[in-house]
Amino acid sequence: MKAKTAVDIAGLKLKNPVLTASGTVGFGEEYAPYLDLSGLGALVVKTVTLKPRAGNPPPRITETPAGVINAVGLQNPGVEALVADILPRLARFDVPVIVSIAGETAGEYARLAGRLDGVPGIAALEVNISCPNVKAGGIAFGTEPAMTAEVVRLVKENTALPVIAKLSPNVTDIRIIALAAAGAGADALSLINTLSAMVIDVERRRPLLGNVFGGLSGPAVRPVAVRAVWQAYRAVEVPLIGMGGIMAARDALEFILAGARAVAVGTANLVDPGAAAAVAAGLEQYLAEQGIGDVNELVGAAHRTGG
Amino acid sequence: MTCITDAKVISHRRVAAGCRRLVLAAPDIARAVKPGQFLHVRCDGGTHAGYPRGAPTRGTHVSGLGWVGSADLLLRRPLSVYDADRERGTVTILYRVVGRGTALLAEKRTGGRVNVLGPLGRGFEPPGYPRGVPTWGTHVSGSGWVGHRRVAIVGGGLGVAPLFFLARELSAGVSEDARPDPTRPDPLGVPALAGRVPRAGAPGGYPRVPARPAVAVFQGARTAPELDLADFSVLPVDLFTATDDGSRGYAGSVVELFLDTVCHEPVDWVSAAGPPGMLRALAGALQTLGLPGEFSLEERMGCGIGACVCCSCRIGTPERWEYRRVCADGPVFPAREVVWE
Repeated sequence: MKAKTAVDIAGLKLKNPVLTASGTVGFGEEYAPYLDLSGLGALVVKTVTLKPRAGNPPPRITETPAGVINAVGLQNPGVEALVADILPRLARFDVPVIVSIAGETAGEYARLAGRLDGVPGIAALEVNISCPNVKAGGIAFGTEPAMTAEVVRLVKENTALPVIAKLSPNVTDIRIIALAAAGAGADALSLINTLSAMVIDVERRRPLLGNVFGGLSGPAVRPVAVRAVWQAYRAVEVPLIGMGGIMAARDALEFILAGARAVAVGTANLVDPGAAAAVAAGLEQYLAEQGIGDVNELVGAAHRTGG
Repeated sequence: MTCITDAKVISHRRVAAGCRRLVLAAPDIARAVKPGQFLHVRCDGGTHAGYPRGAPTRGTHVSGLGWVGSADLLLRRPLSVYDADRERGTVTILYRVVGRGTALLAEKRTGGRVNVLGPLGRGFEPPGYPRGVPTWGTHVSGSGWVGHRRVAIVGGGLGVAPLFFLARELSAGVSEDARPDPTRPDPLGVPALAGRVPRAGAPGGYPRVPARPAVAVFQGARTAPELDLADFSVLPVDLFTATDDGSRGYAGSVVELFLDTVCHEPVDWVSAAGPPGMLRALAGALQTLGLPGEFSLEERMGCGIGACVCCSCRIGTPERWEYRRVCADGPVFPAREVVWE
């Protein structure tokens, strides 16, 4: 018998627990030739802001040991372009679309949430309070419990959609931020965003990235991310979406066993555009081989057997 | 049509200056690729999930539940297509071993497989190419240039990688793709013959157009051996070479050589690739001469398909520009629209 892979995130019914991580597949369309978007649990699109953003000067990306550092700087066409052009085009893919939003002030988050409330084709909002690549806003909110709570509360007040707060690992204790977000009404938490990082170009004796700092992702951060999910699972009741260096189903299982009800594939998409589908297929294969009837049985299972 | 495939290595050999030519069997890519496009190459030996052919199977992408390929070396490398053979279904990549990725790629042996995604990007588009009757050419040997319809191809160092393919296609004359479209008015004023494309020069056909456009190639390198990266000398082109150390050809920069030459042998269009310093100098030269052209740019790249917006370049005017994607909006951009730092 085929195992059940459907999961429920904040009232959102997903056919399987595999999502794309925001920013790694753009708005999804470029990936359609290589990845069956309708086979995903949800498509989390690139963060949008109120106004279009030009992004950071290049270089914006570099490879590091088992990882990638990027500093795109939230380049995006703005929320109006999303509503007018992009969302209508995404309707044909038959996949729930989760829109990621970021503001420079708490008020901008509120206005974005208000603007997107009632817009067709959006399944949920992911509140990006953790982008390390923009100077104003972004990560500043996600590293302060009080500001995290204020942003989440304002977004909740301005939308009827499920609200997912995306947390930064660049904090002293992620449980405190998780509690603040959940306490302010977040319906689910995504963790983790990238780790603040940098590379020096030794030949030129200067920072390699145009933005100096960037966000580290890929397998290098996976153990950090699994730890964060483990801690958050013990701290809050809301469902968790785990991400950080998931390349294959085996990695996704680590997050699920640590307490994630869904997972997001990010950096792997850049390497293999079909990676997210492979993770979903691998999960099904694992459930079948292990004789597990429902993926939900595995969520947080490692807490019950150890730790 | 872009595809992702595990291409078989047909040959792989050192050429010069730490560079290698890798010939891959990839018929779909060979058919589709245009000069100036690139392949996004997995150097770690990994493969892909195989959509849309279905779920991955053991031994390809997912061996059980794990990742096949390196979890250390991640990103694909964007590499220029040096040439393509549509009949044999092969594509040739020319690359330099510069880091971990290309060093791994250099170990690939004949018969092995390399996962490639492509062809990607917008290639070179000199006027009239690849569709329509070539509007330049008319090289009258010995008596100068008639009409001055001539394309210059300017490359520095490894920048020649995407230019050989362009030079070969342009100098090969009218390609199959480039035969006149009978439904469109003939640019030379001959009435269209509906449904039938006669041979050039045949009775009732359109007038004989130049069998090959006049192509002048300007190749620059640091030293003479680096000039061997590309085999321009086998093509019916006018080849001008420059080396920084004067070990072969003109002693100095290829842009100086270009300027010296076009003063008495004018060109109408410039397609170029090379290091940023060279392209920037060439941009200045083109502006001075009032010449149109196009440059192939490079930038550190992520997905290669236009989604991650990591490979940005400035396109527009110095006063009003925007970041564009090298992978999807380029890598070839109009020369006058590239805004230099």
